[in-house]
Amino acid sequence: MSDTHKSHGLHFGLIGLLALAYFVLPAYHSGNLASVMVIAIYAMGYNLLFGYTGLLSLGHALFFSAGLYGLGLMMHLADWTPLPAFAAGLIAALVVSAVIGFLILRTTGVAFMIVTLMFAQAGYLTILYFGKYTRGDEGFALQQASRQIAGYDLSDPGVRYLCALVLFSVTLLGLAYIIRAPFGRTLVAIRENEERARMLGYNVTAIKLKAVILSGVVSGASGATYALLFGYAGATFATVQYSIFPLLWVLVGGAGTTVGPFVGALFMFYLIDYASGKTEAYLLVVGVTLVLVTLFLPHGIAGTIRTRFLRWLP
Amino acid sequence: MSKLIKPTPTLTRRTLLGTAAAAAATPLLGRYAQAQSSEPIRIGFQVHRTGIGASYGRWYDRTTTAAVKRINDMGGINGRPVEIVAEDDGTDPKRGAEVVEKFATQHNCDIGFGTLFSHVVYGSAPRAGELKLPYFVVSEGHHVASGALNRWTMQPGITDVKSQVQAMAPFVADNLGKKVTMIYPDFAFGHDHRDYFSEAIEKQGGEVVAKIAIPPSETSFTKYFPKIPRDTEVIYHVMIGPAVLTFVKEMGEFFGPSKPEIFGFLDSLEAVDINSPGLEFLEGTYFWEGNPRHAQADQSSHDKMYREAVGVDENGASVSDAKDVSTYSHMFGCWETLNIVKRGMEAADYKGIADRSKLIEAIEEMSDMPLSDDHPQGAKRFNGKTHQTFGHQYISKVDSGKLVLAHTSSIEDTLYEDEVDYTAQSF
Repeated sequence: MSDTHKSHGLHFGLIGLLALAYFVLPAYHSGNLASVMVIAIYAMGYNLLFGYTGLLSLGHALFFSAGLYGLGLMMHLADWTPLPAFAAGLIAALVVSAVIGFLILRTTGVAFMIVTLMFAQAGYLTILYFGKYTRGDEGFALQQASRQIAGYDLSDPGVRYLCALVLFSVTLLGLAYIIRAPFGRTLVAIRENEERARMLGYNVTAIKLKAVILSGVVSGASGATYALLFGYAGATFATVQYSIFPLLWVLVGGAGTTVGPFVGALFMFYLIDYASGKTEAYLLVVGVTLVLVTLFLPHGIAGTIRTRFLRWLP
Repeated sequence: MSKLIKPTPTLTRRTLLGTAAAAAATPLLGRYAQAQSSEPIRIGFQVHRTGIGASYGRWYDRTTTAAVKRINDMGGINGRPVEIVAEDDGTDPKRGAEVVEKFATQHNCDIGFGTLFSHVVYGSAPRAGELKLPYFVVSEGHHVASGALNRWTMQPGITDVKSQVQAMAPFVADNLGKKVTMIYPDFAFGHDHRDYFSEAIEKQGGEVVAKIAIPPSETSFTKYFPKIPRDTEVIYHVMIGPAVLTFVKEMGEFFGPSKPEIFGFLDSLEAVDINSPGLEFLEGTYFWEGNPRHAQADQSSHDKMYREAVGVDENGASVSDAKDVSTYSHMFGCWETLNIVKRGMEAADYKGIADRSKLIEAIEEMSDMPLSDDHPQGAKRFNGKTHQTFGHQYISKVDSGKLVLAHTSSIEDTLYEDEVDYTAQSF
């Protein structure tokens, strides 16, 4: 069996497993999985830029929020229905990531990290500044009655799970395809040796800009999906902590692997959920666990599996 | 009972002692007679143990524990003991929604309760509504009464910011001055104060002569004070967060001894000792208090009982640590909310989660609640349509390092037009 077939097997196997999980798991855990799948889309978007292109952003919350508010504001203020509002979320993320990408790619290394952080902070303050519309830090709820598509209530556990699964699957398969395509190979080439890629004739800046935009749109899709399925948009999602989360999920799961973002998001969710049920000092447990993971699994969970056992792991 | 006191086939010394012990315990066992054959009432307590709300969460936790102990000591609810299932939401709206889901689908809680920070309420309430989990917030946000949430969400134990702010205007205009400069944080909480107070003071014949918004990331405030107009008679401040000490200190350095009248909301200084170094400038200034932190000369027996039960001394600090200052202006909301839940469950003859909607309807029927051990902060008037309670507000003056009550607003001062009728929504 070729590596490509194995990759397809892994991706479709994961999707099948997640579909099966809805019927097998108790309501609490299937609800959690829906949330994790939505967040994993965000992590996958981040992974494209960090794991495959080698650009460490500390400002991805801006793109997530662009999608979140792009959809949320259209539904909240203009009474748009979910599908056009979702498109608005994607367009908002596209525009924001294109403009920001154009500016931040003039920097590299540490400066890139700092500038992305600053832009995200500026985005956060912008949301607060337009509090009349965004309700600032409080945010706003999207009423259950408005979150329906073709008569299907998106807050219904089954419908919500199906929506999350479909979007997760499309993102996973789409990014897996892109990464194996020439464009994805070029991103890896840039990550490994940017100067060599440039000498080979690639327009590195243009390719990196495409990567920022694609990463931003996927992150924005996650934000729009969150607002749609969970009925809330707020400035908390634009804070620096929500820029750090995807970095954490990707590092724990395995940067530069297709399933790593999902594995990392799932691991972190249940680590917090389980530890907080056992002790009030659960953040200490989480911190120690992360230190141990970093020490003993330096490539993350999926990354280490690839390094040690399954070399074909995409 | 039959399960507890069995007939004795022979009368030995041991069985006689056992029977005597069982008889002695009968009154205690009687309290939970029902409970022997039924589950406890499980209350999901969404607590801010970590994150920005942690100092509030600590005292909400203590107050909730004390309130539940009192309820259980009095026989529980409908003969069933009350059990608190606490989950930390990290003062984060996403985690808040997950915690609500956990209450409903994993812990099988009868209700969710206790959320303070408004953004967590906004993030969690949609899930509570979708899961049909009665969700009792103790937040003082205007979110519930504004109609932004749903029929499953209620705020019966604490007043909202709109009613608090508008009730301050008559006192400020009559006693401190009519030309007001507002200094507030540039986010939703500050904007609520700006909008509601501006409207209220105009109705009293006053005006806001300057509105100075402070960005949330600001750490020094000296550049803002020159923006205060010279004809300002009253400064209205509502800064919150760790920078409040710097704010007060720098305001004192700016004005020196010739300061205008100063009025603030104690939200700024909840869990902070009013005698902390740098706060000397607050001497002689006025504060809104949700519930007077310092025990007053005419302290009610209800406040005395409540204060002892929660473990707060006459200065508003923990009885076990004088430096551990309480969030006295807010935490009473946990106590009062739980007592309302108790009355609601009793009125609805609540037996289990199938009766959740009956509980909501029973509380919607409530109206006036007199000052009592159940309501030690003061009388309340609950509006079943808007799911929001209204009650007295307190204004205290800092006098020799103590907050001395100067004015108590009437409930009427806090009322405003209904903005929603949740009873018209279906379950």
